[in-house]
Amino acid sequence: MERRDFLPYLLLLPAILYLLGFIGYPLIQAFYLAFTKDGALSLETFRRAISDYYFWDALKNTLLFGAVIVPIQLALAVLLALFMNRTFKGRDLGIYALIIPLTISDVAAGLIWFSMLSPYGFVNKILINLGITDAPIYFFGYQFRAREFFVIVLAEIWRATSIVFVIILAGLQMISKEYIEAAEVFGAGYWTRLRHIVLPMLKPSIQSALIIRTLFAMQIFGIVLILAGRDIPVLAAEGFRQMVDLKDPGVASIYALIIAAISLVLAGLYVKFLKAEYLEVGER
Amino acid sequence: MNDETRYLLKRIATYAVVFTIVLWILLPLVIAFLYGFTTAEDYYNPTKIIPTNFTTKYIETILFTLGAWNGIKNSIIVALMTIGISFLLGIPAGYAMARFIFPGKDTIKLSIVGIRMFPVIVMAIPLVVLYINLRLIDTLLGVALAHTAMALPFVILITSSIFAGVSKELEEAALVFGLTRFGSFRKITLPLALPGLAAAAMFTFVMSWNEVFMASILTLNNRTLPALILSIVAGAGGGAAPDYYKFAAAFIMTLPAMVFVFFTRKYLVTMWGITLK
Repeated sequence: MERRDFLPYLLLLPAILYLLGFIGYPLIQAFYLAFTKDGALSLETFRRAISDYYFWDALKNTLLFGAVIVPIQLALAVLLALFMNRTFKGRDLGIYALIIPLTISDVAAGLIWFSMLSPYGFVNKILINLGITDAPIYFFGYQFRAREFFVIVLAEIWRATSIVFVIILAGLQMISKEYIEAAEVFGAGYWTRLRHIVLPMLKPSIQSALIIRTLFAMQIFGIVLILAGRDIPVLAAEGFRQMVDLKDPGVASIYALIIAAISLVLAGLYVKFLKAEYLEVGER
Repeated sequence: MNDETRYLLKRIATYAVVFTIVLWILLPLVIAFLYGFTTAEDYYNPTKIIPTNFTTKYIETILFTLGAWNGIKNSIIVALMTIGISFLLGIPAGYAMARFIFPGKDTIKLSIVGIRMFPVIVMAIPLVVLYINLRLIDTLLGVALAHTAMALPFVILITSSIFAGVSKELEEAALVFGLTRFGSFRKITLPLALPGLAAAAMFTFVMSWNEVFMASILTLNNRTLPALILSIVAGAGGGAAPDYYKFAAAFIMTLPAMVFVFFTRKYLVTMWGITLK
């Protein structure tokens, strides 16, 4: 391959400078806003943040959403990807349907699920007309927080499983057929092949999918505001409130940094415990 | 059970699963669209599951009275600027990644992947402070610059895999025939990479179109569509707007994304497969 020493760096430089400016600088600034007061190091803002009435609830809810949503999405996506990786008529239609939510934002998904489950919404009308209930079931409102939680989980699974599905499906398609055929020749059944060949080789994809999904789950925001308002506080929404309503960038930065710290720790754990075993010596 | 019945049962089961998947994804969309055009009378009539009277009144109110039309325009401008800036910076970088071997390449690539994992929320708050000083607060350019930071790592990785997919030999042949490196890039590689780049551009568009946290924090009067809808629907104690306005809003927000999937469905799966290597 050709070597001209400066050219690749020159081509990369603008992008790198941009990223340093727009991600490096804000990151440093976030620490500054969060941990200084009048130019000196101070934990006062941090104390103010964690003594906020909603803080611990927000932390708990954010982690709970992640712990409930991400595993369900992973399991569902792996099942769907294995199913869609076979050939049958109608497969393209199925894949097409499954990737539609990829482009639907959390705000839109919140609004869409509201239309399904609101007091006069589709589900309640069906239940009433079938005689299953007399009065509509209320899914929204402060007194029904458990139901709001359930609806948000449902809407997130509907909306965001597609990204996990796409990553897993792409991973499945990269697995060389030769391994599977070789195993078949040696008499390995479907479950044996799945356990010993397909799933281990799928680990890098599972890892990427888990990291991406967990990261976004920790930032859960729009869908919660639409479906539950402040009934269920989450970190991102509380950070937003601190910034926009209370004009407190210091505390808002603490919320943001806590989200970043949790994401980083979880991503680190995934990398550590899902170490990819490369069966193939490729260009990875 | 003989083989033929087993085969038949298997087929029925397969189609039952596919049918369930399609219904599960599409039903909420269809219902939201229908209810977005329902009259209030039909909506509040508990026996009418499928409305029969339709109106565009609520869509029009959202678009013109509540400012969603401006939100749409803002969203489009921001998304186009995001595509412009991130491709201007990302294409050279992606090309460098695809065509050259140089010291530090792996480190740079890894850092870019790492940055993609960066939660954008951390960025938004300090940017407000910076933007106030730079007079970029509440401007569309400001939002586009922030969205570019979010999209750029993705654009670099995807363009690099697209360029890597274009045969290097063609480009080298052009060099032999006397084109400059830039000329051969422009005349040979770029046209061949165009479909992939178009798909990446559309994906960038949708990323920017859907982003709500930064857009909400960085703007007040010049809101993008999601930020505007969020403030209409969830503003002031959560849910002041009547239900049918919410469905109308859902319709407005989802339509462009659906169009996008329709045009790029071929690329979506492979695009992610390649980027996530």
